[in-house]
Parts: sequence; structure tokens; C-alpha cells
Amino acid sequence: MLLNVTNIHKTYQAADGPFEVLRGVDLTLEAGETLALTGESGSGKSTLLHLIGGLDTPDQGMIMVDGRDIAALDDEGRAELRRGKVGVVFQQFNLIPSLKVADNIAFQARLGGRHEAGWTEVLADRMGLTPHLAKYPEQLSGGQQQRVAIARTLAPKPALVLADEPTGNLDETTAGTVMDLMLELVTEAGAGLLMVTHSETLAARMSRGLHLRAGRVA
Amino acid sequence: MTGVTLQALLSHWWRNPLQLFTLLAGLALATALWSGVQAVNAEARASYDAAAATLGEGQFDRLQRRDGQPMDQQAFIDLRRAGWLVSPVVQGRFNGVRIIGIDLLTAPGSIGPVDLTGDVAIDAFLTGEGQLFANPEAAAQLPDLNVRISPETAPNTAVTDIGVAQRLLGKEGQIDSLIIAPNQPIGRPDLADIAPQLIRQQAQGGSDIGRLTDSFHLNLTAFGLLSFAVGIFIVNGAIGLAFEQRRPVVRTLRALGLPLRRLILLMGAELMLFALVAGAIGVALGYVIAALLLPDVAATLRGLYGADVAGNLQLRPVWWLSGLAIALGGTAIAASGALYGLSKMPLLAAAQPRALAMAAGRRAMIQGILAAMLIALSIVLMFTADGLIGGFALLGSLLIGAALALPLILDRVLAGASLTAKSVSAQWFWADTRQQLPGLSLALMALLLAMAANIGVSTMVSSFRLTFIDFLDQRLASELYVSTENASQTADLLAFAAPRVDEILPIQNADTEVAGQPTQVFGADDNRTYRENWTFLQSTADPWDTTFAGDSIVINEQLARRSALSISDTVTLQDTTFTIAGIYGDYGNPIGQAVISEAQFQRLYPDIAPTRFGLRMDPDAVADFVAAMEAEAGIPASQTINQAGIKAISLQVFERTFTVTTALNILTLAVAGFAILMSLLTLATMRIPQLAPAWAVGMTRRKLGQLELLRAVLLAVLTAIVALPLGLALAWALLAVVNVAAFGWKLPMFLFPFDYARLGLFALFAAALAAAWPAIRLSRTPPADLLKVFSNER
Repeated sequence: MLLNVTNIHKTYQAADGPFEVLRGVDLTLEAGETLALTGESGSGKSTLLHLIGGLDTPDQGMIMVDGRDIAALDDEGRAELRRGKVGVVFQQFNLIPSLKVADNIAFQARLGGRHEAGWTEVLADRMGLTPHLAKYPEQLSGGQQQRVAIARTLAPKPALVLADEPTGNLDETTAGTVMDLMLELVTEAGAGLLMVTHSETLAARMSRGLHLRAGRVA
Repeated sequence: MTGVTLQALLSHWWRNPLQLFTLLAGLALATALWSGVQAVNAEARASYDAAAATLGEGQFDRLQRRDGQPMDQQAFIDLRRAGWLVSPVVQGRFNGVRIIGIDLLTAPGSIGPVDLTGDVAIDAFLTGEGQLFANPEAAAQLPDLNVRISPETAPNTAVTDIGVAQRLLGKEGQIDSLIIAPNQPIGRPDLADIAPQLIRQQAQGGSDIGRLTDSFHLNLTAFGLLSFAVGIFIVNGAIGLAFEQRRPVVRTLRALGLPLRRLILLMGAELMLFALVAGAIGVALGYVIAALLLPDVAATLRGLYGADVAGNLQLRPVWWLSGLAIALGGTAIAASGALYGLSKMPLLAAAQPRALAMAAGRRAMIQGILAAMLIALSIVLMFTADGLIGGFALLGSLLIGAALALPLILDRVLAGASLTAKSVSAQWFWADTRQQLPGLSLALMALLLAMAANIGVSTMVSSFRLTFIDFLDQRLASELYVSTENASQTADLLAFAAPRVDEILPIQNADTEVAGQPTQVFGADDNRTYRENWTFLQSTADPWDTTFAGDSIVINEQLARRSALSISDTVTLQDTTFTIAGIYGDYGNPIGQAVISEAQFQRLYPDIAPTRFGLRMDPDAVADFVAAMEAEAGIPASQTINQAGIKAISLQVFERTFTVTTALNILTLAVAGFAILMSLLTLATMRIPQLAPAWAVGMTRRKLGQLELLRAVLLAVLTAIVALPLGLALAWALLAVVNVAAFGWKLPMFLFPFDYARLGLFALFAAALAAAWPAIRLSRTPPADLLKVFSNER
């Protein structure tokens, strides 16, 4: 089992008091499987994704990634997990604006000591980014920037890819192209993909789906 | 991991060179001003130490005549025969160089900077062949003498055998003082039995001149520290903005798997690298500043304290190492807040928009409490501070408290102004200005400090100038001053002058100690000049009557303060007790002074005959009188100085005293102007998202640029308004607390509205100039850049 999430709870302090955003969520994901996580705004999708990615810690419950309980890891341990096992694709791309495209793509792999020059070249080529390697992110369109972000995530060959509405900022055509590429590469790598999305079209392309409502699996 | 992270972090500066320049320039300027002042201080202290080593000042007890005059050589012979281990010293000026004659055979071992065990021809020193030791500068002033170069010798000083010195100085058979060796034979006779005319002066345990000038150097250090603080404000602002801009990158780095601890470590290392580079630049600039300031400082110290300081600067390892250390320390202080905030910021909150503004909002309460506490402390210190440390604690708490309070005051003022806004654009202007405050507050605080320091110091200097000129008018009443070289010339002068002038005022003084303080005692005869011109800070009803009657003494303010003396207290000179009848202001004099009647003076110091005379006469007749005196009495014009001349010399010493502080003041203000420019330029890149909506709803880019300019000027005006009372409080503290502790006199405070208005205009001009470039850049921002705000591609 690549991912096993059991009875996750998470509460935030809101202006009008504590707000329990996740109320006992369970889910599983096998290697090579793709899962769409859907739900209304505020249902806890992104929070769950952040917890699985080790970007935040749950109040209660267990998150096992490839046999390791990440809820029990400290900041260093969770950071190590993100450098190798888990890759995250954000809606806002989160590229490093001061680095060129080539450096951005290789960045996470180099950070984790998993850089393979040949593989990053292949990724850049497959993503159609080869002509843009010497450019800075601000010189690219939104679709191109998201392709750089996906290439960066896949460069260290993570076992689990988490994507938080990766095409939310893109038009329908560009979103389709970007998704095709991501699914193709994730499938080829045999990784698991957990994607938060509002789009029913995109959700339909995943191997299965999970709908959250008010912090619980519907 | 480290390499790739450093690449990502450093690439930020590559893409934002202006920000890097701000950081490096701010830190370099801060270091330069600080290390420049420290270099001057170090050079002066090294000179004092060299002088102290030359004469053994502060190390050994000495014997001197009670009246401070040279003693006969026989006294030395009598004491040695009686078993006293004493060594004679003669000193004086020759071609402007201080000549010191010592007797190498009897001098205690540690006297003299010259290493006589090296290749020095001791026989030449001892056999009176005329060999002198001096550093190259002093040697150049003694071209006709047999000078051997000895770089360690004190500045402007030459050391030689006592016999050579006596010949050069015309003091054959005379000795100025006798150094007492620390280990003396037991059972030797009492000093009073062998040489009753001599008194023993205790060693002070350090350089006298060093202690005397401590206050001057403390003032310089305080200014250096203030300049450094202003520079650190710039660095803090630059680092804060850089961290703010890099928040999204920080979040990305952490999201991609960089541990927080490693990130903080690398960001700290990155800043330390910059600190080293900027520190090195700063130390080099500091050297230039010090080299420019040193001649004025040397002149001031010579004029005010009689201290000789080398006119050229040496690169001392301690100095440049401390310069680098202060750069590193300053950066650590400036960055600690940002790094601490980073360590506490949750990963997912790191990229929140307006994080700086929100964090500033959270800090506002703490800042307000701290400001209130510091200002309260300064108010307490205003009534209780005593001494230099207390004075500087008052200045520090007042300045830092006010600086911390400034953003809160400005925020309240802007909030109040926004309530009066009628139009939508005015409403937007006030709201937008408030939003910009957190980003600009550090630069505005730097401006506040610089302006307040300028107002404070200029008020002090101008108040001092007015008081000093008035004081010179009172004290330099005689139209002409004449010096005589011997008794025969004195007789010639008196015979020539008596029928030609209104009055002759003999000036005679003895160097002694009064109430434990080194003091010059003057003897004055009953004359209207004293009664009409001298004003007292405190006095009995008839101070001159009782003084001229021989019962009382009048003393200067320094002596009164240092020895806690007041009217009706008594002091003893030798065996005579005098009641204090008056305390007078004596500005510019570092030591104590006292005046007794001429009769009492002659009784106490019978060997001292006046060699200077003040002559009262028609001012228009001075030139003819001097010419006639030279022709008829043989007293050359070079032995005279008229009232205007002596006032000019006194004022020149005074002006040079403050040249250094004025220069530092201007530099500090320039640094503050630079801080505003850099803050505005750096902020300009972050302003687009705030300005784009206003542009989109119909404001032209030109209008937005004009409003940016107006905003900077408005904030500078508000800062100047706060700076005025702060500067006046600073002036009061300098005049009433620091001056009293440092120099021993309290000065009246005068106000100079014209100067303040000029400074305000200068600050507005500087702010407008600093804002002009960012405003022009904004007015020319391509619409495409503004449009990006509304796309999701940002």
C-alpha cells in the first residue's frame, strides 16, 4: 500500500472560534493508482492534501506513506519525505522566480540528491519546454509555468504525486494538455497520484474518486 | 542540498541588484561611520599612550614646585645626596615640537618609548652630542638638529638628554619636575626638610591627557554609534524587505523538502557573507572618513586640551578587525528579527499576502509598549541623570523610544486624516499611505533620528557659540595683550605703557591644586575691568570687594562642579583659607581656575612675576601704540596680540571643535536620505498590486506617480514635525546633562527657528528627491505590467 490515511482530524482556529475542517477521513492509494479528491470549497480537500504531503500535521489519526507514519515525523523527517517519496504540484506553480527554467526543473531532484541529467532533459522535452530552458518563469505563459512545476515534481521520481488543483489557473485547452502529460508521465513512472480538483471532467479521468463533504468522506 | 539551496537564495539578489546594493551600501555606510570614528579615537589614544610612555605620565609620583614654575637644578642634587631616587625632566617647545629632556642614568626603567637596547647610540644620547629621538613628522620640524628617527616616539615630541634639552630650551640649570622612582630607600629624610618648596604629585594610574579627553572621545563615539544605528535601520529595512519578497520562495523551498533549520542556517550564512563584503568596504570608507576628520580632531585636541595627536592615520589590525566585527554584529542584530519570524512562521502561512503589514500590525502593540517604557525612562532620567553614562542613557532611551513611537504616531495621524477625506481618491490616498507605513517605517525612523540629532546638535553648538562669544566679550576686555620675556622687558613695558594707556592689568598665574583638582590660580588687582565685565553664575552680594580685600576667592564653574563647591564654602591654598564669593562661567577651559587678590597671590607665590599684561586703551590707538612700543621700548609686535586677534584664535579653536560633529551630522542625514531612497525603490516593485486597481478604475499613471511623490513628502513633513520636539529635548539633554558631565559647564539653551525651518526644507527636498525616481518609474510602468495583477499568471 503506497498511502494509507486513517481517521484524520484537523481543527483550525478561525476568527469566530475553532473550526474542525477534517472529521475522521480514511483513504488508501496503491502505487500506479490515480485518485481524484473532490468536494465543495471548505470541505477540507486541500487540508488533507497538505497533511499527506507533510506540509502540516494532523491533530489525530495516522498517515502511512510507503510504510512510514508521517504524522510521527519531525520537520526534518517530513522535509526528507518531500525531497524523495512525495512530490507536490501547486495551483500557483510556486516556481523560484530568480532561477531559470532548467534550474527550476532540476531543483527538487538536486535538493534530494536524486538528480539525473538525462531524465530531466527527457522531462523538459516531453513537456515541450526545451526551447524555454534559458528563460525565467515570468517569461512563460501560465500553462508553460505549470508544466515546469510538474516536471520539477517528477524529476526526483517520487512514489506519490500530490496535485492541488494543478490546472485551476489554466484555460480548458491548456488544462487538458497539461493533464495529459502529467497522467502519462505518472503512469509511466508507476507512481500514485492524488489530485484535488473541482473539475468533473478531470476527475473522470482518474482511476477512482473520493468526495469530501464537511470534513468527511461522503 | 546546500549548494542548490544557496544557488536559489543567491539568485534572488542577482535578479534584484538594487536590493543587494541597498543592503551592502547600508551596511557599508554604517560600518564606515562607526569605524571612521573609532579610527580617530584609536589614533588619538595611541598618541596619548605614547606621550604617557614618554614621560611616564600617570606611572610615577612627581615632585614639582608649588607654583608650577621650574626649579633650580640644586634641588635635584640635594635630594639625590639625601638618598631620594629622583630623576630630572625638562620640557618645552622648540620649533613647535615638544622637547623632553630626561636623564637616562637616573630615570626609572619604563620611561621613554625609545628602545635603547637596540642600535641606538647610547653614548651619543649620554654625552651631550645633541642626539634627539623623534618620529618622522616631528623630525622634519627640527631640520638643523641631530635627530634620529624613532617611529614609536609620541607625536610632535622629541626626546633627548636633559643637558641637550636645557640648552635648546634656554633652561640651563633648571628642571621642570622630578620623577620619583617607585622603590625608595628606607629612612631617607622628609621632603620638607630638604626641598620645602616642592610638593609631591601622586601618580594618577593612567594618562592624564587620556582622561581629560575621554569626554571628547565619548562624544565622538556616541555620534559614531548614532550613525551606525541609522545605518543598521537601513540594513534592517533591506533585510526585512528581502525576506518579505522571498516568502513565496521560502515556502516553495520548504514545500520541496528543505528543512527549516538548514534554510535558516543558509540564509544566516548568506547574510554573514554580505556582512563581510560590506564590512570590508565600510572599513575602507571608514579609513577615508577618519583621514579626512583627523586633522580637525587633532587641531581640536591641541587647542582644547593641549594634547598632541598624530596627523596621519595608521592601519591598526584591532581597528579593522573590530570594523568587520561590528558589521557582522550589526547584520546579526538587523537580521535576527527576520530570521526569528521565519523560524516561527508556519509553512503554509509563509506566502500570505501582506505578511509584512500583518506582522507589523501584530508587533504594533509590543512596539508601543516598548516606546512608552523608553520614553518614560527618559523622562525619569531627565530629572535624575548624573554623569556621562546617565546622560547617554537618557539620549539613548529618548531617541530609541521616539523612533519606535514614530510609526504608531504616523498611523494615528493618517487614520485621523482619512476621516476628513471627501473624495474617493483622497480616501484611497490616505488608506494606501497607511498601508505603506510598515515598509517605510524603518527609513522614516532613520530620518527622524538623523533630523533630531541635527536639531539637537545644531541647537547645542549655536547655543554654545552665542554663550561663548558673549563670554569672550566679557573676559577679553583689554584692547591689547603683551607678553614680556624677562624682568627688564617688563620694566620697559610698564614704563612705556603707563602714561599712554588707561589701565595696565598684570596677568599672573600659578598651576596648583584646589580641592583636589588641577587649577590655575590668578592674582588680580582691584580694577574696574573685573567689576564691570565679569558676570557670575552665582555670587555673594559683593564678590569682588571681599576678593580684593584678600578674604575670598572666585572660582570657575568646572572647579565648583567637580569638587561640589558652592558659595560660602571654603578652599585652602597652601596655608590660607578663602571663602568662595563667586562662581563664574569659563567655557572652553578643561581645568579649574580661581582668582584671588594680587596681594594674596604675591604672598603665596612670591617667585612669580607677571609676564603678561592686559592694556586698556582706545581701540583705535592700538596699532600706533604697538608700533611706538616696538620703536621706543624694543618690545616687538610678535609679543602682542590684540583683542580681535585673541577672539579670533579662541573662536577658531571653538569652530574646529565642532567641525567633526557637524561633519558626522551631515553624514548621518545623508545616510537617512539614502535610506528613504532605497526603501522607496525597493517598495516600488511591490507596489504594483496596490496601484493597479486604482489605475484600472481610472487614475492615470501620471497621477499615481504624483501621488507617490506627495506621499513621500507628506511622510517627511510629519516626521520632521515629530523630530522638532525630539531634537529640542536632545539639545536640552546635551546642554544640561552631557555637557555638565563631559566638560563641567552648563549652558543656556537658545532656539533657532530659522535653522530648524532650513533643516525641515532640506529634509523635504531630500524626501522629494528620493521619491522622484520611483515616482517617475511608476508613471512609466507599462500597462502590461499593471495588467498582470489581474491575471492568474502572476
